[in-house]
Amino acid sequence: MPKKIIMSIYYSITALRKRLTPACRLLLAAVCALLVVIVFMSINVKASWEFTLTFRGKKLITFLLVAFCISTATLLFQSLSNNRIITPAIMGFDSLYILVQTSLVYVLGSMQYTALNSYLKWVIEISILVIAASYLFQWLFIKKHYNLYLLILIGVVCGVFFHSISALMMRMLDPTEFSVLQDSLFASFNAAQSELLIVSIVALSAIGIFLYRYHHYFDVLALGKPMATNLGVNHSAMTRVCIIVITTLIGLSTALVGPVTFFGLLVVNVAYIVCGSHYHRYLIPMSILCAIILLVGGDVLLQHVLGYDTKLSIIIEFIGGVFFICLILRKKI
Amino acid sequence: MIQTRNLSLYYAKNPILTDIDLSFRSSGVTSIIGPNGAGKSSLLSLVCRLQAPTSGDVTLNGESIHKLDNLQLAKKLAILRQENHIVSRLSVADLVCFGRFPYHQGRPAKEDLEQIDWAISLLELNEFKNRYISELSGGQRQRAFIAMVLAQQTDYLFLDEPLNNLDMKHSVNVMKTLRKAADEMQKSVVLVMHDINFAASYSDEIIAMKAGQIVHQKSPEDLMHDDILSDIYDMPLKVENVQGKRMCLYYL
Repeated sequence: MPKKIIMSIYYSITALRKRLTPACRLLLAAVCALLVVIVFMSINVKASWEFTLTFRGKKLITFLLVAFCISTATLLFQSLSNNRIITPAIMGFDSLYILVQTSLVYVLGSMQYTALNSYLKWVIEISILVIAASYLFQWLFIKKHYNLYLLILIGVVCGVFFHSISALMMRMLDPTEFSVLQDSLFASFNAAQSELLIVSIVALSAIGIFLYRYHHYFDVLALGKPMATNLGVNHSAMTRVCIIVITTLIGLSTALVGPVTFFGLLVVNVAYIVCGSHYHRYLIPMSILCAIILLVGGDVLLQHVLGYDTKLSIIIEFIGGVFFICLILRKKI
Repeated sequence: MIQTRNLSLYYAKNPILTDIDLSFRSSGVTSIIGPNGAGKSSLLSLVCRLQAPTSGDVTLNGESIHKLDNLQLAKKLAILRQENHIVSRLSVADLVCFGRFPYHQGRPAKEDLEQIDWAISLLELNEFKNRYISELSGGQRQRAFIAMVLAQQTDYLFLDEPLNNLDMKHSVNVMKTLRKAADEMQKSVVLVMHDINFAASYSDEIIAMKAGQIVHQKSPEDLMHDDILSDIYDMPLKVENVQGKRMCLYYL
């Protein structure tokens, strides 16, 4: 008897799934995201409303920005490289960012580093990052045609390499200088700087316009280089632009909350499953919404149910890591 | 007309194609034949700008294809490669819709939808229209890709082994469809073929390649001779008359 019930539930779900158009699904996800945000802002208010709203508002903006950055960067990266398993973080983009920051402190010294205007600092960091990543990843993606597993391997090795160089530099730093560096490296969801939020909003608006204008090109890029060229898309030019966009996004999110490895992978793959369409006009918003639900919802759970026994990033990384292993084992890439 | 001038391609120091001067007719069916590794697919990739040549140039009506606008070029020539691997979960209709991308830029209009339906029914794919590509057999998938490039409505159509994975019935149908496209719509269809008899029966012209060079560019009647074929394929071959057509029986 219970088997029958399970089967009937299964059939009704599949019937429902067929009836839901991608737009419908998007709307549902948006409603969920909105609900989560409302809960996040209003649950368990103990201090005055004014304080709570400003405090949580800032945190919420950080969440939203990070959700946008990581999900979009991962989605674009996967469309560009025609696979569903490697992400910018796995390829070592964020260790590269840490390396850039460390070498900046190392070269300039902590006095100059802290004295730098924070906007200028950000521009310098992002430009170095974009230039370095462009050369590295264009070489990987345009000049050479490696298979997926070799790419993952190269990415992991690069990540460790950048990480070790940063670690070496950190050891050679003066303890005071190191503490300045540590301050900017150990950013977390709770303590994003306000200036950074403003810069991020400006940069993300520009990227948002780019995504809106070119979303149909990503659909074609996902078909692979020969097919995209055949359909009139300048693949190498598009790849260059995309890598710049991806690096900027990763730089932003790493600056805001530090490196997050598996979150993007998790969110984008969930989006592939629930989106019901391969068009980027649905995939991009869907993955952003998934990221918002996961981040904000996760924080609510953590704060009010688990009582902050652990860090949000640890949980997300754990789930994401397990998901990554499952993806590799199932080979559904 | 598409022409190549001194086209060469090297991988490291190994020559793949050397000094190819060739012109493709502006209508009709052309087949490219030759043994494995003769450089047939590479030639197609170079002519369709999928790869940059080591030296030399390809021109369309006198202008270098690397200087032409990408989208405009995509309305003039289309290529289907031998192997097509797609990660996205696409239905047949979605895939064929991509063939219209140079025209609609992501927003298919009524005319595009008509072209898509036309291409789908031309390749007898109506019953699979909403199936996912990954759930099709090799032959059905190949037909879906051919429908996609046909929907692109280009003057030049380059197909690398279009009969891959197709059964006898669909092989003949695809060849007839391409023949019809060349005759009725004045298209130039260029095919890389392995079955020499298919090539001879349906082509206006055959280009034979060997070791990275063009060795013959002739009509099928002039090419289908024992000595010429034996020389191209490095094996003794005999051409016989079967029902008034020259056939090469190489199976035995």
